[in-house]
Amino acid sequence: MFKWKTDEFSWVDFTIDVLRILIVLAIVVGSWNTLSEGRISFAQWVNLFIAGLSQGSIYALIALGYTLVYGILLMINFAHGEVFMAGAFSTVFLAEALNRTGFLNQSPVLAILLMILFAGLVSMTVAILLERIAYRPLRGSPRLVPLITAIGASFFLQYTFRGLYGSGFKAYPQVKILQGALQIGSINIPTVQIFVFASALVLMFGLYWLVERSRIGKAMRAVSENKEVARLMGIDIDWVILFTFGVGGFLAGSAGVINGMFRPQGVNFFMGFIPGIKAFTAAVLGGIGNIPGAMLGGLFLGVIEAIGPNLVLAGLGIPGANQLKDVIAFTMLVLVLIFRPQGILGERLSEKKA
Amino acid sequence: MKRLFLVFTLFGLLVTFGAPALADGHCMDELGCVEIGPDEPIVIGAMLSVSGATSFYGEDSRGGVELAILGRDNMLLGRDIEFVVEDSLCSAEGGQAAAQRMAADETIVGIIGTTCSGAAQGALPIISEAGMLMISPSNTSPSLTNDDRDAGGTYLPGYFRTAHNDLFQGALGARFAVQELRVGSLATIHDGDPYTEGLAVVMANTFGGLNGDVVFQGAVSKGDTDMSAILTEIAASGPDIVYFPVFVPESEFIASQLVNTPGLEEALMMTADGSFSATFAQNTGDAAVGIYMTGPHVSGDAYDAFLGMWREEIDEAGPPSGFHAHAYDGANLLMDAVEAVAEEMDDGTLVIGRQALRDALSSVEAYDGLTGSLTCQAASPYAGDCATGDALAVFSITEAEVAEGNWPPPIVWTPSMASGG
Repeated sequence: MFKWKTDEFSWVDFTIDVLRILIVLAIVVGSWNTLSEGRISFAQWVNLFIAGLSQGSIYALIALGYTLVYGILLMINFAHGEVFMAGAFSTVFLAEALNRTGFLNQSPVLAILLMILFAGLVSMTVAILLERIAYRPLRGSPRLVPLITAIGASFFLQYTFRGLYGSGFKAYPQVKILQGALQIGSINIPTVQIFVFASALVLMFGLYWLVERSRIGKAMRAVSENKEVARLMGIDIDWVILFTFGVGGFLAGSAGVINGMFRPQGVNFFMGFIPGIKAFTAAVLGGIGNIPGAMLGGLFLGVIEAIGPNLVLAGLGIPGANQLKDVIAFTMLVLVLIFRPQGILGERLSEKKA
Repeated sequence: MKRLFLVFTLFGLLVTFGAPALADGHCMDELGCVEIGPDEPIVIGAMLSVSGATSFYGEDSRGGVELAILGRDNMLLGRDIEFVVEDSLCSAEGGQAAAQRMAADETIVGIIGTTCSGAAQGALPIISEAGMLMISPSNTSPSLTNDDRDAGGTYLPGYFRTAHNDLFQGALGARFAVQELRVGSLATIHDGDPYTEGLAVVMANTFGGLNGDVVFQGAVSKGDTDMSAILTEIAASGPDIVYFPVFVPESEFIASQLVNTPGLEEALMMTADGSFSATFAQNTGDAAVGIYMTGPHVSGDAYDAFLGMWREEIDEAGPPSGFHAHAYDGANLLMDAVEAVAEEMDDGTLVIGRQALRDALSSVEAYDGLTGSLTCQAASPYAGDCATGDALAVFSITEAEVAEGNWPPPIVWTPSMASGG
């Protein structure tokens, strides 16, 4: 009797089910408490949401670098946060110079484009050198080896830049055109957040076009599918991999400038660490190796971080809810790894890729 | 194997009991002595934050100590003075690591440091256990001089400071807000660091005690860049003034995002000496104009002479923050104490008792320092506190600090202007 049940009963599944129910319960109860209390108005929620989208689009731009490299090499480039830092930190000096001469506020569009280009090129160079010097000699070795090399490279880059520019904090100058806000009804949307979101969308669209429509994009997809066969088809694999690192680096560098417009302060040699980890989380959330997944994962993470502490944690009566913002981000990572290891958009990975 | 074990045991016993007996021929001190041979220098240690975001504090204090040593022509009791600096960062781990290196060096007579209160909490147990002493020029957390463990106190013997206790600084901010700005409601933000949390709590308690309304007390974490969530929460409480005694760059993020948060456009802002640097105003930009700031304030002829010496010897631009005079006083207290307790043996060896040195510092009374009259107290919650809290002021940032890098900002209030103590 009930034999079929006892056969299939497993403590692991049971625990995971209980966990699922508890989490859903916590989210529902927390949100209900907060919303019924009504301390935060609708307009404020919208503001939080939009700020989250902006922060999320910066995560997404960095996450794309993780996902591109993973898609092709199946390795996590943990030094990617430092690639972001390299562009952001170097460009702060250009931005200061542009501000001093007044060019920044005279023709802001041109100045910002120049900064993005410069940061992109710096980060691209760092990413390409990283691949050429640190990763290529290790291609084909066990997967742990490049991973640990990446961590070492990350420290190397941090302290190289500390040596170059010092350990103090810098800040991007304010661009007059990005101050102020757009008024829609009772909702104020800061101009800078519209700029962040729009420019991130442009860059992402550019990447999508590059990968899906261009010749080199086709080669990238082919290499990601099967390196050996791609080689037989006459594709120069080394060049394609270098190109992929370069594209990821360019996106990270431009994210550095966009981030500098959005959150101007706190530019120093260590600034890439947390965004790097958050972007990695975003890439895993969306399904690592999946390009639209990284975009979606980044936006999702940004919004969850912005809304989560006030909506769920404050509602549950947890003290210091805003101190736990990072906890929310990394709890999301753990939950995704438990319940949906392939990520939101990821397909179930084959044996080879997993 | 057994014999080997025996040899090791005997050797260990010899080292444990024999060696000190041999070395401490003339030491009567219960904590042991520093012995300095005839031709050896007197070593003064320092644990300061000389790298990273808070390095401007460490450099500030280091300069103060160097000038104090220079003021004695690098000589103490006819010996050269050697100054050793370890980086204690601004964290408990950094303080612990620096303290371990200090404690391993038996020639160090005393230590100036740490820079941050968090680092002191990591360093103090090791320094105290080693029988050494530390004089901090910039720790301000109330918990460090409080020995009531239930109330979060972490005081241990051997701890002294010439910086003001935040019981003074937080209260000054609160009295300024209520008596001068006449605001009714307050929100506080700290970042989990014992210094920032202590200050936020003292501010809130004093503000509440003066019939103010504390509407929000929250926290962010170090490394946060996006403050929109907590600022939205604060906007919902509608305070007149927001107090965020956190470090840079978090304070810069808070200030620049606060002015753009709907509902907080009119709110006043106040921060504390954790952001007391010229770069705070410059990095924050226009949002910094009008921010009130409590911080160290030293004046007088002796101090002007000190600044002149700084410009001549260290940096034309002047000190980078506000704790150089505290470091100068701390180093002088230490050197005076060494002079008072050191005994010269017949063979020319200097013997300095560690407990005697602590006692000498504890008995400092009405010492005329750059930062005012210093009296080191013995009773908790001010155990080891040498400063009185008079060397403090409220500053207000103006256009000149943001655009031209002028520092420090103009003073708008001092403790002597407070009514009713």
